[in-house]
Amino acid sequence: MAEIRAISDDVRTSTEPPKRHLISIEDLDREIIERLLATARNFARSLEREMKKLPTLRGRTVVNLFFESSTRTASSFELAAKRLSADVMTIRAVGSSVDKGESLKDTAHTLNAYQPDVIVIRHFQIGAPRLVAEATGAHIVNAGDGKHQHPTQALLDLYTMQEAFGHLAGLQVAIVGDILHSRVARSLVQALRIVDAQATCIGPPALLPRGFGQIGCEVTSDITQIESADVVYVLRMQSERMAAGENFVPSLREYSARWGITPERLRPGQVVMHPGPINRGVEIDARVADSPDSLIEMQVRSGLVVRMAVLYDLLTKGPVSLARPVDLNEVA
Amino acid sequence: MSLYARSAAPGTFVIRGARVLDPVEGIDSTLDVIIEKGVIVELAQPGGKAGGKPVAAEGLVLAPAFVDPHVHLRVPGREDEETIASGSAAAAAGGYCAILAMPNTDPVVDCAAVLGALVEQAQEDALVPTGFMAAISRGLAGEELTEMGELAVAGAAAFTDDGKPIRSAGLMRRALQYAGSTGRRLALHCEEPTLSHHGQMHEGIVSAELGLGGYPSVAESVAVARDLALAAYEEQPVHLMHLSTRESVELLRRALADGVRASAEATPHHLCLTDEAVRSLDTNLKMNPPLRPEEDRRALIEALKDGVISCIATDHAPHARQEKDVPFEAAPFGVTGLETAFAALHTNLVEPGLVSLETLLERMSAGPARAFCLPIPRIAIGEPANLVLLDLESSWMVVEQRFRSLSVNSWLLGQTLKGEVALTVAGGRVAFGSERIGA
Repeated sequence: MAEIRAISDDVRTSTEPPKRHLISIEDLDREIIERLLATARNFARSLEREMKKLPTLRGRTVVNLFFESSTRTASSFELAAKRLSADVMTIRAVGSSVDKGESLKDTAHTLNAYQPDVIVIRHFQIGAPRLVAEATGAHIVNAGDGKHQHPTQALLDLYTMQEAFGHLAGLQVAIVGDILHSRVARSLVQALRIVDAQATCIGPPALLPRGFGQIGCEVTSDITQIESADVVYVLRMQSERMAAGENFVPSLREYSARWGITPERLRPGQVVMHPGPINRGVEIDARVADSPDSLIEMQVRSGLVVRMAVLYDLLTKGPVSLARPVDLNEVA
Repeated sequence: MSLYARSAAPGTFVIRGARVLDPVEGIDSTLDVIIEKGVIVELAQPGGKAGGKPVAAEGLVLAPAFVDPHVHLRVPGREDEETIASGSAAAAAGGYCAILAMPNTDPVVDCAAVLGALVEQAQEDALVPTGFMAAISRGLAGEELTEMGELAVAGAAAFTDDGKPIRSAGLMRRALQYAGSTGRRLALHCEEPTLSHHGQMHEGIVSAELGLGGYPSVAESVAVARDLALAAYEEQPVHLMHLSTRESVELLRRALADGVRASAEATPHHLCLTDEAVRSLDTNLKMNPPLRPEEDRRALIEALKDGVISCIATDHAPHARQEKDVPFEAAPFGVTGLETAFAALHTNLVEPGLVSLETLLERMSAGPARAFCLPIPRIAIGEPANLVLLDLESSWMVVEQRFRSLSVNSWLLGQTLKGEVALTVAGGRVAFGSERIGA
């Protein structure tokens, strides 16, 4: 992965090259994404074996630092590290949202004393991964920072689409729901742009970020625009957005009626994706979620191998050649 | 005249051979400026034999010192971030001969007792003449007017609820009516809070990409429109603080043409930066109002040139290191600016040819003095010496160690600027650069 911009280069005194991090999809290019997806595919094959554990990252330490609740991302990173034989420690700081910046920096300094190789961080505030990157010597993986970025989600979504369609270029993806508050949507729009797929964002007017149309995706409130999509990507409708007085939409009921994904709104051949957790009957009809056209469970499986690929790529020095299949038994 | 400073012996010296540049007096020539007991007594052809300690100033520019109508000194309450002593020392280093401090302190400057204590402190500690604005509403709560009459007598330079908008149009009207009877201006922070709601940066492409909460331009301009309409209706003067949008500038331009008595300021950061800079998520780029796109910056520069915006104000807002050393969303709004304002604007506006040096000097000195009815610094015989000596060729790097301010939350850290303050004379006293005065 490319280096994140201008982080700690000026602070670092030694000549040690800056650490590679995965903080934003914007820092990636097509070649790196293809390399990660290819690595993930190799790992998927290895997981078909009876012995699923690989010695690749033996002796390496991965710290998962979660300041926000998470089921699938936290478990997926933990299992990914374990499958690669890394030592993994998961720290959940949910509920300590009163501890803001200073404690985050202090926590980072404390963890740094253990010399972790990778810190996977999820935080409710934009910019937290950058702060931890500046404060520690570890590779940082952003597992979601506020409404900003969730790059491994976008990568696993690309992986899932590629498995389902055999290609990414030219795919039409309709992203439906609360775009404004969604880090998943932001990361995915950028990732789709890099691989030459087309994104259309569809949702209630107040939940479409102003200016989004100028960054290379279509923006509309018209749900019938999902018609031409190969993939209908449904976002979770967050109940906190429905707090009285916010008025993003008049009611959840009205949202479901106008933007909910029902079998009637889909056409044959379309697949449905959702980053989870799903609210059945709100943004997605239960019949859609459980249909054979739903790739939701496959997304979870993709998450494991993509996160294995990310950890592997960050910790094995230098770019892994695409021409040479990754030797999965190689000890990094 | 509501400016206060510690007493010090007025200086007697001669500034020799500088290019004397005073846009108000219409002077631009090489002269010796002779100062006796703090008063300009002679403007002589260079090379004369006039007595007094010499300041060698060949190749430098001597201009009227600057006036900053918008400074946060953080006293009372946050003396760890700034004090009258440190803030006025920073002002002296920035070339200022007068500053006005904001009342959003803890406690708020909303009664004569708090204001009186500040005035006393300034008479002990202030290195440059310092004035204090008092609050428009008690506790900045936007509900009841402060006792403006008593506050004016106690030394309030003007009234403002800076940091918070006046939500109620009705209270704004009453404030305009009442402040008029005290002879003091209202300085207004124009923000419609139901539109800026949770905003972290300008609402636009960059906020859409970053996911940061948007603070749209219209949150400022609807408040500007409301307050200009009220000022017109009540026929009272107003000062609009830290304008940031093209729409606000257009509203002001129209109001001025209609005869409304309004003045306005812009900050160095809004004149030099755009919202693109926020992509770095550097918390020293988080301020209220937020950085806007290039077209807004261009509109501010145009307004500065034609005088619709007549003042440059730093909105110097010191914050403790630990408060800015956090994720962007958790950081407080505000950046420092007193010690870098001239150099930043000289580097970013004058050097590229966007604004003339004369215009910049006028908007940093006479413009703000006029807006708040303060004495205009002039280079003229019989005037008190309020002078800044500038080395336009000097390049220097902004580093923490240089700051006299107790805080270092500058958006310029690590940057090299061209143009440096060499000497500041404020109220006839040498406030900065005394080592330049020879024996």
